[in-house]
Amino acid sequence: MAAKTCSIPFKGTAEQETKLREVIASHKDDKGALMPVLQQAQEIYGYLPIEVQTIIATEMDIPLEKVYGVVTFYSQFSLNPKGKYTISVCLGTACYVKGSGDLFDELSAKLGISGGETTPDGKFSLVDCRCIGACGLAPVLTVNDDVYGRLTVDDLDGILEKYSD
Amino acid sequence: MDMVNIKINGMDYEAPKGITVLEAARLANVEIPTLCFLKDINEIGACRICIVEVSEKRGDAMGPKRMIASCVYPISDGMHIYTNTPKVIESRKKTLELILSNHDRKCLSCVRSGNCELQKLCKDMGVEVENTYDGEVTSFELDTSAAHMVRDNNKCILCRRCVAVCSKVQGIGVIGANERGFKTNIACAFEDDLANTSCVSCGQCIAVCPVGALYEKDSTAEIFEAIADESKTVVVQTAPAVRAALGESFGYPIGTDVEGKMAAALRRIGFDKVFDTDFGADLTIMEEANEFVDRVKNGGKLPMITSCSPGWIKYCEHYFPDMTENLSTCKSPMQMFGATVKTYYAEKIGVKPEDIVVVAVMPCTAKKFEIGRDDQNAAGVPDVDYSITTRELARMIERSGIKFSELPDEKFDDPLGISTGAGVIFGATGGVMEAALRTAVETLTGEELKSLEFSEVRGTEGIKEASYDVAGMTVKVAVVSGLANAREVLKKVESGEADYQFIEIMGCPGGCVNGGGQPQQPGWVRNTVDIKALRAKVLYDIDADMPIRKSHENPAIKKVYEEYFGEPGSEKAHHILHTSYVKRGLYK
Repeated sequence: MAAKTCSIPFKGTAEQETKLREVIASHKDDKGALMPVLQQAQEIYGYLPIEVQTIIATEMDIPLEKVYGVVTFYSQFSLNPKGKYTISVCLGTACYVKGSGDLFDELSAKLGISGGETTPDGKFSLVDCRCIGACGLAPVLTVNDDVYGRLTVDDLDGILEKYSD
Repeated sequence: MDMVNIKINGMDYEAPKGITVLEAARLANVEIPTLCFLKDINEIGACRICIVEVSEKRGDAMGPKRMIASCVYPISDGMHIYTNTPKVIESRKKTLELILSNHDRKCLSCVRSGNCELQKLCKDMGVEVENTYDGEVTSFELDTSAAHMVRDNNKCILCRRCVAVCSKVQGIGVIGANERGFKTNIACAFEDDLANTSCVSCGQCIAVCPVGALYEKDSTAEIFEAIADESKTVVVQTAPAVRAALGESFGYPIGTDVEGKMAAALRRIGFDKVFDTDFGADLTIMEEANEFVDRVKNGGKLPMITSCSPGWIKYCEHYFPDMTENLSTCKSPMQMFGATVKTYYAEKIGVKPEDIVVVAVMPCTAKKFEIGRDDQNAAGVPDVDYSITTRELARMIERSGIKFSELPDEKFDDPLGISTGAGVIFGATGGVMEAALRTAVETLTGEELKSLEFSEVRGTEGIKEASYDVAGMTVKVAVVSGLANAREVLKKVESGEADYQFIEIMGCPGGCVNGGGQPQQPGWVRNTVDIKALRAKVLYDIDADMPIRKSHENPAIKKVYEEYFGEPGSEKAHHILHTSYVKRGLYK
């Protein structure tokens, strides 16, 4: 087994770290401060990689595992930075019965990442979502603000190509 | 005490206000089964096995019957409790069937077969079909990274007993619940290997695991091979605490001394020499008492802290790296023993150290890590080759077809089987301190002690303090067991709030008698009996009956210094019996 850490290099700045330490210090005497600290840390960095969680664990004197346990419990926290393009596949009922599960799996295979992850070049993130209100176009996915509907797996290469910049 | 009136299964009882339904039932001799519940450690009402029906007073009338988790629900005046209605029994059964639906049910080859809490509950609750609910199952890779144990999440039932003992009792918290819902699993941060964390190998998680998800790495097959190899001299040593608990694996009550039968069993398994780690403990006292006197006289680092417990040592290296200079440089009794066998004893019997195999039977899993540490190979080969737990020894006895209860009581072999009462109490918290005091006080004062019992440092409390006047000097000591307690005391030492000269620290609560390698006792026993006190009593009783009770009066110890080491703290003793430590820190 190897540690499941983010493959994208951490690019945190000294400025971000100062901010994070200020946030932790401001919660110094609060009980149950871990949640607000994690939320603000994610605002600062956009995600919560091991480097950030280790600072939080050390400064708050909480075991790293406890921090990680909370981060992986709540879906609001992300272990990976968002890519330049976020591909969001609708797995709502209508899309799902029209085969969006296959779209998701195919994208996962093509990009080499699981749901919630980002490609090592920082380009694509893959997530699933529930119903974007375009059931008539099922199955649907979005790439940032662009919506694609009535898809089959054969359409995916063409879509990815559009974002090759 | 305020009492309230309750009914349990239609019978009237009085019970103290504020206690839980589970406790009230126990006082009335009504058993309610439990699974996740560990008193004072894991009281989370998660598994729902202890479910019962209650109806509470609402004004003058009784409220409706409701299902509650009895381990966390307090009683109220006038409460009616029903522990065995069809609804209750059906609910427990369904809970078990749901647990089984995502449990690796390879019971036949499971290390806990016959001693599994889940297995027993299924039998007791009449679970007839093991796959009532067939569906998706989670699948996990085994974590075999650590030197001492295996984590098999396919067997895990998510009771969180291990998580609670690791974080609350030991103050470590390297394992916890990751993810949520169906994906929930007990693991380390970022799913890393246990070996890469600050786990100290204490094995308390194994001791409390109700199923076969956590278990020690088993070395019994290699030892049987070594015994069968005629070119090897295989020597076994047993730690003090093993004799106080091994009997539990063979149906004896907790707190039975089986020293004689244990020696007989080891001989029948085929070990060439059956020795006693108590000898190593006496040797440790000689070196450690000398080191302490030297530190006091020559301005060495104080407080000096004992170094017998490898779980504690690793904890200090991870969590208090700046205090490693406070650790006694003495190897543990097990390692001192191994080093003495492969140097002094090897010379004496004319066998090359590489042809001697030293097996140590320990109440401990951290010893498996310790034998692989640097600077633990006095003769150029490892001081100890295999360290096995009390449980593994029980397995070897069973596998050898030895009828334990029918064995005669036998003695250890000479000369390294000769020991004192001071050596045997090492297995209980406070024992090392008391043994050291017996020797240090007589050495410093030159007078014979009138009473050998230092009762201030006895007992199972996690933190004990005492101060003694020795030859015109006041010596302040602390005795600590359990690592969360160690943290509390060390923080005070760091801040200058406490000014001890000598501290004994044992990694496991209660000391080695309650080590992570001892026979597992199920939750329902742990919750009602103070196991560590019963086992410790065995050792103090042995001590009281011993003809020699001071390490420095052990004739075999005197001889080994005369013939080999010279005097305590000599250069030779330093080379063979002392070691060094690593500043590990927390997150790399």
